[in-house]
Amino acid sequence: MRVPLSWLREYVDIDMPLNELADRMTYAGLEVESIENVGEHWDRDKIVVGQIVEVCRHPDADRLTIAVVDSGTGTPEAVVTGAPNIHAGDHGQKVVLARTGATLVDGHSAEFRMIKLKPTKIRGVLSAGMVCSEKELGLSDEHEGILLLEDDAPVGTPLQDYLGDTILDIDLTPNLGRCLSIIGVAREVAALTGAKLRLSEPRMQGTGPSISDQVRIEIADTDLCSRYTASLVRGVQIGPSPAWMQRRLRMAGMRPINNIVDVTNYVMLEWGQPLHAFDYDSLRGTPPDAVPTIVVRRALPGERITTLDGVERQLDPQVLLITDGGGPIGIAGVMGGRETEISQETRNVLLESANFDNLNNRRTSEMLKLPSEASLRFGRGLPAEMSILALQRASDMMRELAGGQIAQGIVDNYPVHPAERAISLRATEVKRLLGIDISRARLTEILESLGFICAPDDDPMTVRVTVPFFRQDVEIIPDLIEEVARVVGYDKIPNTLMSSELPAQRRNLSLEGEEHVRDVLVACGLSEVITYSLTNLDSVSRLDPSRGLPDPSSFVRIANPLTSDREYLRQTLMNSMLEVVRANLRFLDRVMTFEVARVYLPQAGQELPDEPRRLCLAMTGRRYPLSWTAANEGLLDYYDLKGVIETLCRRLGAANASFEPAEHPVYERGRAAALVIGGARVGLLGEVHSQVRDAFDLPAQAVCLAELSMEGLLGATPSERHFQPVSRFPATSRDLALVLEEQISSQRVHDVITEAAGRLLQSLELFDIYRGQPVPEGHKSLAFRLTYQDMERTLTDGEIDQIQARVRRDLERDLHAQVRS
Amino acid sequence: MLEKLHRLEQDAIEELRLVLTKEGLEPWRVKYLGRKGALTGLLREIGSLPAEQRPALGQESNRLKAALEQAYAIRLEAFAEEELRRTQQQAFDVTLPGRPALPGSLHVSTQILREIYTIFAGMGFQVVETPEVETDTTNFQLLNIPPYHPARDMWSTFHTTQTGVLLRTHTSPGQIHAMRRYCPEPIRVILPGKCYRYEQVTARHEHMFYQVEGLAVGRQVTMGDLKGVLASFARQMFGPDRRVRFRASYFPFTEPSAEMDIDCGLCEGQGCRVCKGSGWLEILGAGMVHPQVLQNGGYDPEIYSGFAFGMGSERVAMLKYGIDDIRHFFANDLRFLQQFG
Ligand SMILES: [Zn+2]
Repeated sequence: MRVPLSWLREYVDIDMPLNELADRMTYAGLEVESIENVGEHWDRDKIVVGQIVEVCRHPDADRLTIAVVDSGTGTPEAVVTGAPNIHAGDHGQKVVLARTGATLVDGHSAEFRMIKLKPTKIRGVLSAGMVCSEKELGLSDEHEGILLLEDDAPVGTPLQDYLGDTILDIDLTPNLGRCLSIIGVAREVAALTGAKLRLSEPRMQGTGPSISDQVRIEIADTDLCSRYTASLVRGVQIGPSPAWMQRRLRMAGMRPINNIVDVTNYVMLEWGQPLHAFDYDSLRGTPPDAVPTIVVRRALPGERITTLDGVERQLDPQVLLITDGGGPIGIAGVMGGRETEISQETRNVLLESANFDNLNNRRTSEMLKLPSEASLRFGRGLPAEMSILALQRASDMMRELAGGQIAQGIVDNYPVHPAERAISLRATEVKRLLGIDISRARLTEILESLGFICAPDDDPMTVRVTVPFFRQDVEIIPDLIEEVARVVGYDKIPNTLMSSELPAQRRNLSLEGEEHVRDVLVACGLSEVITYSLTNLDSVSRLDPSRGLPDPSSFVRIANPLTSDREYLRQTLMNSMLEVVRANLRFLDRVMTFEVARVYLPQAGQELPDEPRRLCLAMTGRRYPLSWTAANEGLLDYYDLKGVIETLCRRLGAANASFEPAEHPVYERGRAAALVIGGARVGLLGEVHSQVRDAFDLPAQAVCLAELSMEGLLGATPSERHFQPVSRFPATSRDLALVLEEQISSQRVHDVITEAAGRLLQSLELFDIYRGQPVPEGHKSLAFRLTYQDMERTLTDGEIDQIQARVRRDLERDLHAQVRS
Repeated sequence: MLEKLHRLEQDAIEELRLVLTKEGLEPWRVKYLGRKGALTGLLREIGSLPAEQRPALGQESNRLKAALEQAYAIRLEAFAEEELRRTQQQAFDVTLPGRPALPGSLHVSTQILREIYTIFAGMGFQVVETPEVETDTTNFQLLNIPPYHPARDMWSTFHTTQTGVLLRTHTSPGQIHAMRRYCPEPIRVILPGKCYRYEQVTARHEHMFYQVEGLAVGRQVTMGDLKGVLASFARQMFGPDRRVRFRASYFPFTEPSAEMDIDCGLCEGQGCRVCKGSGWLEILGAGMVHPQVLQNGGYDPEIYSGFAFGMGSERVAMLKYGIDDIRHFFANDLRFLQQFG
């Protein structure tokens, strides 16, 4: 809401520095976003009010005239102008004279540009300065003619003193609908500063034949229209509204149209009540000898209306309409219809000031995508009592500014009166919520300053508060307490430490587990990323180039996506992760990343999807960053990723983790494995398939990727760990080399050795793999180190030899291994 | 003559002791052992002596020559060794970059969340997580925001194709979940997580962001407590000297409602472009839980009161680290993320 200070001052005195006022308003919830000074750049001695003494033709140019302007200096100055709104022979108009050196907006430039006025000769005639348009003064975009001031503008006065103003731009939260008006803001300012609100009830002078014989109002849907008031102004002369009114409308952000429409807007800005003016003579469908009848009703199926903006609109049966005998003439509280629009020919005006249901009004303006100043105010909710105040104010202004005669009386159809709201407020309640003591007297003083009506209760701690009509938002005790707190100032409430009972403290093991996973991965050298939850099917389908798009119905889908690439809630993190890898490879030669995030899986028969957490890891590029300490150690591969996952499992205490060969379209055949913990698959890891790599525009190098279930990982984590004693006795190591057929996995060898060696085997390390001479084709040689240790004693060579022999026997028997140790 | 020889030996040895550089050895050698050196001179003198004196002197001078040559050789070797040691020392350049340990980095959002958890944990608040896909009922209606309510303008919403199901626009529905879970126990929880808004992505707005909701419910929870807890949070997060202010505001689910600002760290409260001249930066919204919301959570508002607050953790990070554009957070450029390692 843009509030010109000069307008605000009509209702309340302001005698504190503006910054302080702005601060107080902001603290009280009326956030002053900016303070704009109109005419700030008008040089006081160079831009002044002038009066035209005479206008003559320019000797050498038909389009130009020479205006002689008196600005109180004693010597009138001649300026050349091309303004179409002054003509040779004119005199007496008040104008704005800018002298050489004045700073003005360049009127000829499409963009906003400041210029300094230079002395000029225009077609041989020296110009002492210029008479200014609104655009040149920065008041509006108007540059057709020069700005003509009111007749009583004081000649010689710096324009800054005459037209300068300050506009407070206030950001209003949705509850502050009452402050979408100058009077509403003035009431707040009065309460906050202790100044008095100057406000009298508007009256109108109805002198014409009674309105009741000239129009009837029927409200068919009283649930959506609690009150409808109307007046009739006959014999108006349509024309521009006075300059002061146009100026205020502009400063408040509205465009002047004509005196009738401007009055409705002016009164709306002043009181907050939107009004609508109909051309009375355009009302249709009145039977002969009958009175035109306005019916307020819901739209009929298939009904349409052409609104003021010339658009034909399809309505639905929840839209509230203003209708005459010929059909809709307006969408209630949103926009009027074209048929009954005020035009140059309008003579008689039917003025509407009504109260419409705010939620229905918002629904309609949302559905028709028709936000307007009117629906902004109706949508926040208006008091029905306001209708008649604004109606009288506007009718009288129309009479004053457009001539005409107001019909006697008002049509006031008021089927639904709001219940009076009375609230008993106990000082102890204030204490309970705010933590401060405020006396009943002080409570009364604060609430009365805001317009509440207060009466003492029998209980000395309690005040009985009647809510005034303009405070629809106040319904319950905490609403009143907020009013008290706002006026006292939140800063006056002392900060305290909580004295209420400390709740039972509970650990969030699931979150702790998640954070633990993050810490382990960071320690392993991976960097965390966070990607969007919303994705597109095209990106998802790149994970399986051999198949088409996935079935959209299996996803949670956004009905109103911002862009088509963020339309579905994801079910995997892998595609986003590959995109991150791709983007980073443009700058880096080594990318190791992970993400922990939810995926969204629709569940049959459930309204909401399941949101399990996933862990995604990616590694590609150089194994080590370029450094003098390491020779080129090649590129990251499957075993780097597997090492990280093994470490993770170990740190999480998932002792029984194992890896099984697996297949999946994302991964290269034979280069993927499933992580299995306690018999359950937790996820897959592997090197990305070359086709998938291509689909994500990744380079031809190993890109390692894994996606694991967090629940699976953390579920396998023992909640309690037990101390394992450390042996005091020496360990003995034996190496074992064996030649095997290629297809026997190291896991199988591992299993056979562990099984055969039994409980004394302390650790088993694979430390070498060899292929080539003398190992036969299709075979490989593996070298293991077996370490034996006992808790109670030193093992003898004999014992170990025995075990080794068992291991050897089993390897030969089960895997046809040739053991060569 | 014999005496001459001995003096020569003494002089030479003494002088050799004083030679401190390898370069200094050569003049010494020339002086004593050279073709025109002192020893040669003496030998010549001996040659001119009577024959009977010569053998003894010859023997002695041979010994002397060998002794000097040996002394020279030892010294030369010492210098060479020293030189080698010095070059070796120089080759061990202590300023060379160390072998990199290669840890990764936590996302800056995670780090800020952890800081927030830690600070609030110190005040008895525990972390609870609730769903991101919500019903209109929980996200809005149970928070006092019926359909078409004017306050709905405060949250541009992503709706799903299933009527009444949406992406949560704030973490506030977590208040309902937490109250229903813990009622009638007292509550102090932090509800973090991703939220979504139908908003064009700009330097200040993202369509996805993290929010952290706080909720305290108990028998004597006051607005003074709300201010105390949040002021303490701000000082722990941003530094002990930072000032905060509370302004009246509006949320349908709190009454009274407030917003908390922190003094602008860039201009120290003097007003600048970042704080739009006000000297203050908004960091969170808060208020006393609305009685209807308490009731929706199962608590009797006549007995219980509570406060709630919500903050965007990216915004907290932006203020703390001077990050000027929220789009950095989810662009996942490692060159950005690794700054916060
Ligand atoms: Zn600043």
